[in-house]
Amino acid sequence: MSAIAWQLLQIVLVVAVSPLITGWVRLVKSRLNGRIGASPFQPYRDIYRLLQKEAVVAHSASWIFRTAPYVTFGAVWLAACIVPAFTTNLFLAQAADLIALVALLGLARFWTALAGMDIGTSFGGLGASREMMIASLAEPAMLMVTFSLSLISGTTAPAQIIAFILSGGVGIEVSLGLALAALVMVAIAENGRIPIDNPATHLELTMVHEAMVLEYSGRHLALMEGAGMVRLTLFMALIGGLFAPWGMAQAGDGAVAVLVGLGAFLAKCFILATALGVFETSIAKMRVFRYADFLGGALLLGLLATIFLYVSEAV
Amino acid sequence: MLIAAALSALLALAVLGVAAGAEMWRHRLIYFCCMIASLVLLAGGIKHLGQTPGTGPAIVLPIGLPWLAAHFRLDNLSALFMVVVNLAAAATSAYGIGYCSHLPEPRRVTPFYPLFLFGMNAVLIADDAFMFLVAWEFMSLASWLLVLADHKNAENRHAAFVYLVMACFGTFCLLTCFGLMAGGEGAYSFPAMRAAKLDGVSGFLVVLLALLGAGSKAGLVPLHAWLPLAHPAAPSHVSALMSGVMTKVALYGLIRILFDLHGEVNWAWGAVMMVIGGITAVMGVLYAILQDDLKKLLAYSTVENIGVVMIGLGLAIAFKGSGEKTLAALALVAGLYHIVNHSIFKTLWFLSAGAVITATGERDLGKLGGLAKRMPWNGVAALVGALAIAALPPLNGFVSEWLIFQSLFKGPSLPHWAMKFGVPVVGAMLALAAALAAACFVRAYGIAFLGRPRSQAAAEAHQVPASMRLTVAFLAVMCVVLGAIPVTVTDALSHVVTPLTGVQFAVSADLGWPWLSPVSSTRGSYSGTVLVMTGLGLCAVTLMLARLLGTSRLRRADAWDCGHKEDIPQSQYTGQSFSQPLRRVFCASIFAARESVDMPDPGDNRPAELKVRVIDPIWVGLYATIGRAVDFIADLVNRIQYLTVRRYLLMMFTTLVLMLLVVAVRQNQ
Repeated sequence: MSAIAWQLLQIVLVVAVSPLITGWVRLVKSRLNGRIGASPFQPYRDIYRLLQKEAVVAHSASWIFRTAPYVTFGAVWLAACIVPAFTTNLFLAQAADLIALVALLGLARFWTALAGMDIGTSFGGLGASREMMIASLAEPAMLMVTFSLSLISGTTAPAQIIAFILSGGVGIEVSLGLALAALVMVAIAENGRIPIDNPATHLELTMVHEAMVLEYSGRHLALMEGAGMVRLTLFMALIGGLFAPWGMAQAGDGAVAVLVGLGAFLAKCFILATALGVFETSIAKMRVFRYADFLGGALLLGLLATIFLYVSEAV
Repeated sequence: MLIAAALSALLALAVLGVAAGAEMWRHRLIYFCCMIASLVLLAGGIKHLGQTPGTGPAIVLPIGLPWLAAHFRLDNLSALFMVVVNLAAAATSAYGIGYCSHLPEPRRVTPFYPLFLFGMNAVLIADDAFMFLVAWEFMSLASWLLVLADHKNAENRHAAFVYLVMACFGTFCLLTCFGLMAGGEGAYSFPAMRAAKLDGVSGFLVVLLALLGAGSKAGLVPLHAWLPLAHPAAPSHVSALMSGVMTKVALYGLIRILFDLHGEVNWAWGAVMMVIGGITAVMGVLYAILQDDLKKLLAYSTVENIGVVMIGLGLAIAFKGSGEKTLAALALVAGLYHIVNHSIFKTLWFLSAGAVITATGERDLGKLGGLAKRMPWNGVAALVGALAIAALPPLNGFVSEWLIFQSLFKGPSLPHWAMKFGVPVVGAMLALAAALAAACFVRAYGIAFLGRPRSQAAAEAHQVPASMRLTVAFLAVMCVVLGAIPVTVTDALSHVVTPLTGVQFAVSADLGWPWLSPVSSTRGSYSGTVLVMTGLGLCAVTLMLARLLGTSRLRRADAWDCGHKEDIPQSQYTGQSFSQPLRRVFCASIFAARESVDMPDPGDNRPAELKVRVIDPIWVGLYATIGRAVDFIADLVNRIQYLTVRRYLLMMFTTLVLMLLVVAVRQNQ
């Protein structure tokens, strides 16, 4: 029974805190740029404002364009519910594993890319084409991370991996470090952060994700933006959960442990969001065709992480 | 008995097809009868799917070789493939009812279509090598005739020629393969082959020849060259059968030989098959991304999917050869699941392509666009198919790829170092292929069905006849069903796998319905059913929240497009521009893809030109070289064509003496 209760809490939590995390990243970046910056609660107001506005849809749009915000948000939200944020005792933990998680994010991306192509503008096509190029390297990289984690812990379910790591079944491994590096690189690409994509860009030709959602307005845009925020939270929960699972409540733990888990989750998000802000401020965006080097690197790191397991075993 | 009746009916329909003449209703009736026969065969397949191994109906007919009657048997594996073949065949036949009148020359299609169905079904139930090969040739030649249906097009004639050459090569390999298994006594029946022990060398050759023979029919790289030529050349409902089903019959042959007749295949062959599968998958999808012809794109996507299945089969062989029977069963279930899935979604897409061609007369992506609005049924069905091919949840393609990944992740548990290092590499290839397939179908669907129409024909596209719409809708529903209740499917597949791997196995053993938990409940599990329910719930909540917190007002306006006004539809992204980033990243080295811009000087009125050059390494490197070698030898042999009678007599005499010498030497030994 508790699994269902905690699952419901997680479903609400990921949506509730996501705008705050995004707002915090923006605040860190503006402070580092020497600006005062908006309050970290500004994204809540932005989304509410967008929801109030009427949605403008192009004449040439088909039903794909109008369903995309709901499907994208729904798929990302569902993915975020699978990743244990504060407890591994989740109802959905057995319904999907890391492979399904990658695929759910893929579903959101597929539909968004189609929506980008639906209106028939060149910017939409440009965004979709580049997004799929990035994904074609980022997705395998994430599956290779899954592969190495599954070899270490014997399972692909995130809750079980975390339980395995918490039980002290694993020491410091080279493979874990490589997998972490690969996952961070994938997270940067999947969330469209610098150096892959700039979420605050105003130059059309450098846009990737923004170019796909260029035609959206009103509640549709609110959902697309919201999906981006939830995705960021998802990756923070994933990185924090898999590679720093301390504080996470487990099956059989009471309400106190869950409260500790909640606190730990928020602290991890706070640290990761600050780090993201600092990182984004300190480097420049890449040229489009350098992405392949960056993400190819992530894929190779993921592959090396699996192969290093045997090398370290043999040595 | 009904199965035999249905098969004879197909033969009779082929004869009637010749007599159909110019009257359209006769063609329609023949397609309708084909559909009924397929449904009967489908029901027969389903009925025998779960039978106790060894109890399948068998029949012996006094035809064929004089000392060997024709043996037929329907065991569990045959029953499964009978379901695969006839599910798609029923759909294509129903589609044919509406589609046949849109063909340029229906009289060149209708007689051979039932023959093709007969050939494929007969391969599945053959229980001796002779009948197997006869049926195999029925299938090859009937499909060759169908490829030639539009024979006035020179491209199709070339495709048919290449297909015929490759089909001969494949049958030659299989013939030799069965010959080796039959041994010196000529024991051609399958039970005798099963009982026979193969020595090292012939065991090796049997696997090699089976891979070459069945692999060339299935389209493994580098034997795939004929496939993207021949499959698109046939009428669309036949393309669907060739791509969705005939390749599966080839895989049936491979599974029959490697898992059943041979019995003891070395694990190293599994590793080889996995690497071939990985290369096939990645190469196939890269080829597909480069295509502008919708049907060619689909044919190359078939190559990719065959690669994915091969990874599963290779893993199963590697596990079986190392004594890991449960894992072998898991990998085999995964491979078979993908076979079932691919037969459905590839049929769906080829039939959609047929509808697009019927509605617009175009199959070039650059001339399509905006069809989702003009053809709503096909728009929805093709989207479901695209999601399934791209292996996205909750559709069926995802479940089979998930199972293949799960079994791959267990690969390194084998003691061989080649597997420990090779499996991650194959895993990376599979993941790359899956991700690229998503890009490929975003491109195919986005360019053909979305955006603004790129030609007059696309702008005036009309709905296609009801039988063509209903069949794609049915196949789309199948994609959803097979994805939403995966455990029901794997339970059916485990009946097929049990006799092949010798182990009782259920993918859902630990958690029960509807959870897929291949190894144990803690080793990763998936439930499409639960995921679909939750996902739909979350989408509904999203919709409600958006309505509750905000407004539901909506206004139609011109596209904003950052203030640029793009009136001509040619300013949209095209297939070529969509694939440009992928081409630069992935194809620069493999396909030597290069772009060159021809920019006229100032004052010159010529339009600027962007040229893209792509070289197919396998065609240029392998097939063209073989072609040149054949030409060279033919030139040499040509010299003996114009000799005098005296010289011919001399040659015959010399040959005779040489033969006698050989006989003499052999007798003395």
